[in-house]
Amino acid sequence: MTTSDPTQNSDPNRRDFIHIFSIAATAVGSAAVVWPLVHQMNPDASVLALSTKEVDLSAVEVGQAIKVFWQGKPVFIRKRTPAEIEAAEATPLSALVDDNARNANLQSGAEASDNARTTSADGKATPEWLVLVGVCTHLGCIPLGTSSGENKGDYGGWFCPCHGSHYDTAGRIRKGPAPENLAVPPFEFVSDTVVRIG
Amino acid sequence: MSGHPSTYNPSTGLEKWLDKRLPIIRFGADFMDFPTPKNLNYWWTFGGILTVCLVLQIITGVVLGMHYTPHVDYAFASVEHIMRDVNYGWLMRYLHSNGASMFFLAVYIHMFRGLYYGSYKAPREMSWILGVIIFLLMMATAFMGYVLPWGQMSYWGATVITNLFSAIPFVGESIRTLLWGGFSVDNPTLNRFFSLHYLLPFAIFGVVALHIWAFHTSGNNNPTGVDVKDVKKDTLPFHPYFTVKDGFAIVLFFILLAAFVFYNPNALGHADNYIEANPLVTPASIVPEWYFLPFYAILRAITFDLGPITAKLGGVIAMFGSIMVLFVLPWLDTSKVRSMRYRPVARLWFVLFVVACLALGWLGGKPAEGIYVMWAQIFTAYYFAFFLIILPLLGLMETPKPMPRSIAEAVTKPKPSEATTASNAVPAE
Repeated sequence: MTTSDPTQNSDPNRRDFIHIFSIAATAVGSAAVVWPLVHQMNPDASVLALSTKEVDLSAVEVGQAIKVFWQGKPVFIRKRTPAEIEAAEATPLSALVDDNARNANLQSGAEASDNARTTSADGKATPEWLVLVGVCTHLGCIPLGTSSGENKGDYGGWFCPCHGSHYDTAGRIRKGPAPENLAVPPFEFVSDTVVRIG
Repeated sequence: MSGHPSTYNPSTGLEKWLDKRLPIIRFGADFMDFPTPKNLNYWWTFGGILTVCLVLQIITGVVLGMHYTPHVDYAFASVEHIMRDVNYGWLMRYLHSNGASMFFLAVYIHMFRGLYYGSYKAPREMSWILGVIIFLLMMATAFMGYVLPWGQMSYWGATVITNLFSAIPFVGESIRTLLWGGFSVDNPTLNRFFSLHYLLPFAIFGVVALHIWAFHTSGNNNPTGVDVKDVKKDTLPFHPYFTVKDGFAIVLFFILLAAFVFYNPNALGHADNYIEANPLVTPASIVPEWYFLPFYAILRAITFDLGPITAKLGGVIAMFGSIMVLFVLPWLDTSKVRSMRYRPVARLWFVLFVVACLALGWLGGKPAEGIYVMWAQIFTAYYFAFFLIILPLLGLMETPKPMPRSIAEAVTKPKPSEATTASNAVPAE
């Protein structure tokens, strides 16, 4: 009786095989199905297909700014006045809350000089044009200051009404709870008056 | 479901047949017969009220789901379609939106009752923890439900709250993208919120069953906090004694709901949510529904960096921490006395705690600047101090008042002499 009892047998037998096979198949199967279940929530192909946008800037006057829609977010494009450029260039890095350029066209550690804030994908700075993702880096509100007559904040750039963040004329955070400068999206001038974002 | 002996006797042949195969009538009979402390006051009726609130939300929600369109181009219009075209659609929607407010009102009273009478203490820790899980699920459900009408507050509330997750170091941005299904709150976000908003109430229903199972295993707490010593003397069957009491309270509570639904259905909402969502314009101030305001105030109270923790991350930690601390409350409170009736000092701190919660609620609706921020910081500090400092220390320092020896004694002795006779009785015996 004892020799024929499969539970007493130390050699691998059919029951061991069934246990190991079932547990292994369940574990691998569960792991294999978790990723598709999670990843389906990430941006889908149709969302990713809308990831670049070309904008004609020929109608924008000096001192004027426009808002365009890119990846579901507003992008601010401001044609800055010489005074605004000068104010941004004159600001020492030590006066900034965030000294990182936050420019997708530069390496991640670049300093937030006015030059670095206006550099496009081809590596050239275009001080006249400031291109920014118009989303406050605090909790995602849209800062005011793009349309004429809106509150531009204490530093002449943008002001977020939600929790009181002030940005300067290079879109850098100067005062308030926002931790980072307004992001500069990937952009490139495809002609003198047309910019491609994304 | 619990330890008390079953008294159900199947009388008909059909009942006997069923009892051997699926004892569902026995289950219901035992549930209704559950021995319940005879001294439960009206603060104990909110459990029943909450159950009815959940059922109300599920029924009205299923009906609304038949007429609502979860698409950014149609959602706002489909809600107006419900309000204007669908037969009694206005009633279903106002019941659902005001029902959510009443649900939170009831759950806050239910939680304060648990805090005051020490219902979280041994052996009821599991009931308490499951209750906190229900509360978290309720908050997630309500938040996603508020996004569905796709008004300005829907959109910007969703934007602010989902952006909180980006404060998490390293993985925050990926989590936010995963929640959005894109690069901002958009159609994929609305779709998944609708799906989850439909699902979570049933998850809540399941956890409610566990919550009830847990306190049917430990037995109900009661206003004295004294254990049941003699089932015959100290308890009454749940039905009819407490079904009637709960039923009466439910009717009163529904009168309050009806007052809102029929006389001022938008009093608790925000006017901006009747403007369709516009991703290019942020409202002048983003304010959550009233029931989230205390937590919103805690979020905004952290305006300073703490070492490597930025103000933004600190606010998120404080807000989630204010709920997480409830999970460990049973082990933070060192007092052996459950009910604050017999804890004269703890009672004062408790009153101050309720004041702090109400004040945080008021401050959450105010702009986050100047004196409001300072007060929010003071009350946030007190909120955490109550759990992390006051309750742990007070249990070691406080001298509790003498307690009745049993529930039966507490309900039969006349009130004014209760303290003196009990204090005389203790040294005598």
